[in-house]
Amino acid sequence: MTETIVIAEIVKGAVHPTTAELITAAHALGSQPVVVVPCADASVADGAAQFSGAARVLAAKSDVFSNYDAAGWASALDAVAPAGVIITSASPQSKDLAARLAARRGISVVQDVVQIEGGNLTSPIYSGKAMQTVSLSGNAVVTVRPNIFAPAGNDGSNDVSVVDTTGNIATAVQEFMARASTRIDVAEANIIISGGRGMGTPANFTHLEAIADTLGAAVGASRAAVDTWDEIPHSMQVGQTGKTVNPNLYIAVGISGAIQHLAGMRSSKYIVAINKDADAPIFQHADYGIVATWEEALPILQSTLSAMMA
Amino acid sequence: MANIIVLVKQVPDTNARIVLSGDRVDLSAVKKVMSPYDEFAVENALQHREASGGEVTAITVGGSGADKVLKDAKAIGVDHIVRIDCDTHLDSNALQTILASVISTLGGEVVYCGKSAADTGAGSTGPGVAERLGWASVSNTTSVTFGDQLSVVTPSSGGNARVNVPLPAVISCDKGNIKVRKPNVKGIMQAKKAQVDVRSVDAPASTVSVVAHSMPPAKPAGKSYQGGAAAAEVAQLLRDEANVI
Ligand SMILES: Cc1cc2nc3c(=O)[nH]c(=O)nc-3n(C[C@H](O)[C@H](O)[C@H](O)COP(=O)(O)OP(=O)(O)OC[C@H]3O[C@@H](n4cnc5c(N)ncnc54)[C@H](O)[C@@H]3O)c2cc1C
Repeated sequence: MTETIVIAEIVKGAVHPTTAELITAAHALGSQPVVVVPCADASVADGAAQFSGAARVLAAKSDVFSNYDAAGWASALDAVAPAGVIITSASPQSKDLAARLAARRGISVVQDVVQIEGGNLTSPIYSGKAMQTVSLSGNAVVTVRPNIFAPAGNDGSNDVSVVDTTGNIATAVQEFMARASTRIDVAEANIIISGGRGMGTPANFTHLEAIADTLGAAVGASRAAVDTWDEIPHSMQVGQTGKTVNPNLYIAVGISGAIQHLAGMRSSKYIVAINKDADAPIFQHADYGIVATWEEALPILQSTLSAMMA
Repeated sequence: MANIIVLVKQVPDTNARIVLSGDRVDLSAVKKVMSPYDEFAVENALQHREASGGEVTAITVGGSGADKVLKDAKAIGVDHIVRIDCDTHLDSNALQTILASVISTLGGEVVYCGKSAADTGAGSTGPGVAERLGWASVSNTTSVTFGDQLSVVTPSSGGNARVNVPLPAVISCDKGNIKVRKPNVKGIMQAKKAQVDVRSVDAPASTVSVVAHSMPPAKPAGKSYQGGAAAAEVAQLLRDEANVI
């Protein structure tokens, strides 16, 4: 039997907690994984030492990992990761890495897995309108959607061994452009509150921003909002031609729930919809639906949340 | 002068209802279109040609039914259209292998593709083809500036990064602020007459096989409330019942 390898998810230079979900996914595929931590500074890998259920932790140390470059990361990880089934997060960066790493090894990649059963892998297709279950005959790279698998525990004490590696960087970062707003991006957020055309004017998005700040949430938007108002940038767009998000909580305000919007957010763990039209399709996907205008509902939501978070 | 390649894929219209027949999706009644992100890839390829000269070749993989997506690309302005003939399911390894082989044969220097296809949503093709060719790749780009090197904008944690990309390279395109051009009458006429260059390439055996398609598990009906005052109760439930805040 070959090994299972988890590539730790690195966000802002640290091991992200979603890595613990990847360990659970590895167990579902049948074995205790080797956790490989891409890092420029080996101490980063200590962030994986406490995970339960890992066979061992390997700090893959290289300057290549200072900035993301698909070619560099794939070659540096390929050099140190054992042969076997490799699991990464299905974040945009890790999906890119997974595809490159698989190609480097001449194996296939299965993206966006949400279920593992009897060795078979299931992923959403057609933007979640159907599911596809595949079987593997041989090694592959598998990416796993966040917030689906229960995280492995934190009471392990894994030995961390450090291996130096190197890779061929193909691109060069010229500059980082910080977001104008300090608010978190929809692609990185655990809670998202999004506004649609029903917000009436872009200025009304301040009501969503206030709630976002109370919750530490990101503010998203429908395409109609992005296309109609210059003030709402495309980086906020959720959906088929925007970002695919998978938060714990998605609050849709003044959004009808068109199939292309659902494509980007239907796999959110909990969905709240606020819409004045009781027949809006978004309500069919909402765990909590409030038929009301946002003018009526948002101030009450804001004051209740503020009191709760205080 | 650049030899520019754009990869295009035919997918069900994103408005289409997807139905099953047995344990496979049945797309026979579904309208097929160019995958939305591929439209941005075509636009970038055409802008690259305008900036540096050269020719754009659109490639797709599929049966003869997929010629339509190539004709659509032709109508918008690509120079050549190539279909790699294939009617069976290919896994990513097989698909990328045949694409990389044809791109090499054609002498491509830069490849544009969509950041993911609207059917699988995978986004594996761009980076996978780049690795097989030994080229640079950047995915999810929202802006491309053309020169001896490309300068692209791509998301990075906390914002965006502007990245220099030496050629040859594969660029997987997100939407960004780009406006895609529409075909004009002349383009449509030319596309009608255009010959599809059909190639066949041996693909390695697939090691990922489709077992079944299914409908997504139905979500249990949610709770619904009339009137904004319910927002207070919902906030409380988000904490006590859903445990998400
Ligand atoms: C190829 C393609 C790709 C697409 N990609 C995307 C995508 O990525 N993301 C996306 O979102 N869309 C996308 N769309 C567009 C999509 O089809 C819809 O047009 C869009 O999602 C509608 O946005 P909306 O819900 O904000 O607007 P509308 O559909 O106009 O809905 C507005 C809603 O607001 C409600 N409302 C109005 N006033 C109030 C009020 N005062 N209080 C409360 N509710 C109110 C209304 O009842 C209505 O339901 C795409 C379309 C195509 C064809």
